[in-house]
Amino acid sequence: MSFFKMSGVVVPHMKNTCEMQAERMPAPKSVVIPMNMHIGAPAKPVVQEGDIVGVGQLIGEAGGFVSSPVYASVSGKVTKVDKITGTNGASADAVFIESDGQMRPFEGIKAPTVTNFEEFVAAVRDSGIVGLGGAGFPTAVKLGVKDLSLVREVLINGAECEPYITSDTRTMLDRADDIKEGIELLEKYLGAGTIIFGIEKNKPEAIAKMKEITSGDSAVSVKELPSIYPQGGEKVLIYNLTGKVVPEGKLPLDVGCIVINVTTLASIAKYIRTGMPLVEKCLTVDGSAVASPKNLIVPIGTSLRDVYEFAGGFKAEPKKVLLGGPMMGIAVKSLDQPVMKNTNATLALAEKEAERPEENPCIHCGRCVNSCPLGLNPVAFAKALSLNDCEALEELKINLCMECGCCAFNCPAKRDLIARHKLAKSELRSYQQQRAEQEKKEA
Amino acid sequence: MEENLKVSVSPHIFSKRTTRNLMLDVVIALLPAAIASVVIFGAGSLLVIATCVISCILFEALFNLIIKRKQTIGDFSAIITGLLLALNLPVNIPLWQAVIGSFVAIIIVKNLFGGLGYNFANPAITGRIFMLIAFTGSMTEAVFPAAVDTVAGATPLGALASGEEVGVSLLDMFLGLRGGALGETCALALIIGGIYLICRKVITWHTPVTFILTVFVFSLIYSGDFETALIYVLSGGLLIGAIFMATDYVTTPTTALGQVVFGLGCGLITCLIRFYGSYPEGVSFSILFMNILTPYIEKITMKKPFGGVKK
Repeated sequence: MSFFKMSGVVVPHMKNTCEMQAERMPAPKSVVIPMNMHIGAPAKPVVQEGDIVGVGQLIGEAGGFVSSPVYASVSGKVTKVDKITGTNGASADAVFIESDGQMRPFEGIKAPTVTNFEEFVAAVRDSGIVGLGGAGFPTAVKLGVKDLSLVREVLINGAECEPYITSDTRTMLDRADDIKEGIELLEKYLGAGTIIFGIEKNKPEAIAKMKEITSGDSAVSVKELPSIYPQGGEKVLIYNLTGKVVPEGKLPLDVGCIVINVTTLASIAKYIRTGMPLVEKCLTVDGSAVASPKNLIVPIGTSLRDVYEFAGGFKAEPKKVLLGGPMMGIAVKSLDQPVMKNTNATLALAEKEAERPEENPCIHCGRCVNSCPLGLNPVAFAKALSLNDCEALEELKINLCMECGCCAFNCPAKRDLIARHKLAKSELRSYQQQRAEQEKKEA
Repeated sequence: MEENLKVSVSPHIFSKRTTRNLMLDVVIALLPAAIASVVIFGAGSLLVIATCVISCILFEALFNLIIKRKQTIGDFSAIITGLLLALNLPVNIPLWQAVIGSFVAIIIVKNLFGGLGYNFANPAITGRIFMLIAFTGSMTEAVFPAAVDTVAGATPLGALASGEEVGVSLLDMFLGLRGGALGETCALALIIGGIYLICRKVITWHTPVTFILTVFVFSLIYSGDFETALIYVLSGGLLIGAIFMATDYVTTPTTALGQVVFGLGCGLITCLIRFYGSYPEGVSFSILFMNILTPYIEKITMKKPFGGVKK
């Protein structure tokens, strides 16, 4: 047990859509489904131009162990398989499907047979489910532990600490049965002794609902987390729920924990019950440019343009459009951007909110240092980066930075700290690579 | 369709705190002390304040013009330097000396090192120390409040140093009816400013409280008398130094622990100079000295990265 005091920042909640049950969006005219919607090797397309596909039909098979299969989200005709440029600037294959408007399920859909742990993990792999909280890490890889006795606690992440986003809240309120089934699966196949829900206390209804569905089960507890961003960060959540510290370079499993997002869990249960893989996502559509904020269930691959159009359009010209929340979300360069597996929100910001405030010199006030949940020192990072001192960056543990944005949010000089941290991390990586090569040569 | 969307690295929302509104809060917190100085020392104090503030702004603007840098006077930091410097000067300081002090603070200490955020020493304090050494006569002349009848004698610290009777009641000390620099005498006004800064979360209690407590404890040990120790706390520039100068972001540590170390060091050095030095007052010197140590204090008091593993 450590006595580290976890910092963070109080961000505006702006959970405008938390009362709004998700509406299902009808099939868009076409979808573009990227093959790299997860961490790891991209999936390999297994369909060609002209193929007719049904909802839930495999269109991309997993490209390796750390990978995930991809399924058609609408029924219709494959118009092409082509490269598109992703949000990170890298290009990847994507399958373009023209919808027939029928949303006809693929005839091969059937519930998987799951009777033991191996079959459970195989089913999760086939479901195409990845970390739906935003990380996009293939869930089967996370659950496929070698030695089940290592798993002490399974933590269910319902923190949803980003402003605006309420899609996990809606999962907890509207899909409580799926979550309950998911819990039973975890207990049955993972042998999870202790299951703890972590939910930020600004979601009292979700907390009450989760307590209600788990009341008969003494192995499950629901813990309220303070409304201090970033409660949903994996290391932060583990520390606040169990007091355990995940050491640098180690995984949660090394301290006996597995963390699963609530929506991920609900999706696993649904797949095992129905056999319908991950083909749609619930997302929060909000932001100052959006006419009527709401939660929508949309087919994966739907363009943001179609999403906003169905949601009711804009009340002001959107100047910045995000995938995800305002703290860690990615600004996209075009509304053609498709919704991906790990998209849980899209925000359209009008002129005023889209403008990044002007940078001023660092006044050394220490707000970044004192708000970093992981006790890192952005002031020292900036200094080391300006001197290109990679040894200092290594010693200061820039690699631990999870880019949660607390430092930059709090900075009165509005320094572009996360951009600097990204740069510093890549500088450090290439320095470490060079050093390793040097050492190899010398040896 | 062309949307012309802006792209930037996260985060996309920011706190309402800006450099400018932080500085403005400090200016507001200094106002009670500035008003008290006019009440205590008369209208002459307005002249000193105006001279320092205006010359600091002008020097900053001029420097920016010469080096072709974007104008920075809008960030209010030059105003704070001017205000702080003025509040550290006696009321009858020749105004040309105040202008020279402002020059040293703004040009030499602040801008030659790169301007706001880059200076290692507190500009107002270093400007004051320069003046103390260059213009010792006018800087140390004990000027008594217009509101008090006494016309001669030493400042309380001077009296304590030479073993004379202080001759000012504790209540008068608290209200600032004693000899000294413009803004340093009225403890009440300074404490109001300090509470404002803490409530507005501009500063934390760590530096001022540690600094003042350290001076109190050592004074108590040194004098063996509770009342004398209180006089030590209320005299000289301790309160203005501890609340406004030792909490300057740029030149002091960032973490709570670092700030406690900083406050302790300031208190200790202040007492050493007060008890054994040839100057009756040591607050400015102590802060300047600790400014120099700040990078090292930062280094040893840095937080431990969460889950970090030593390699």
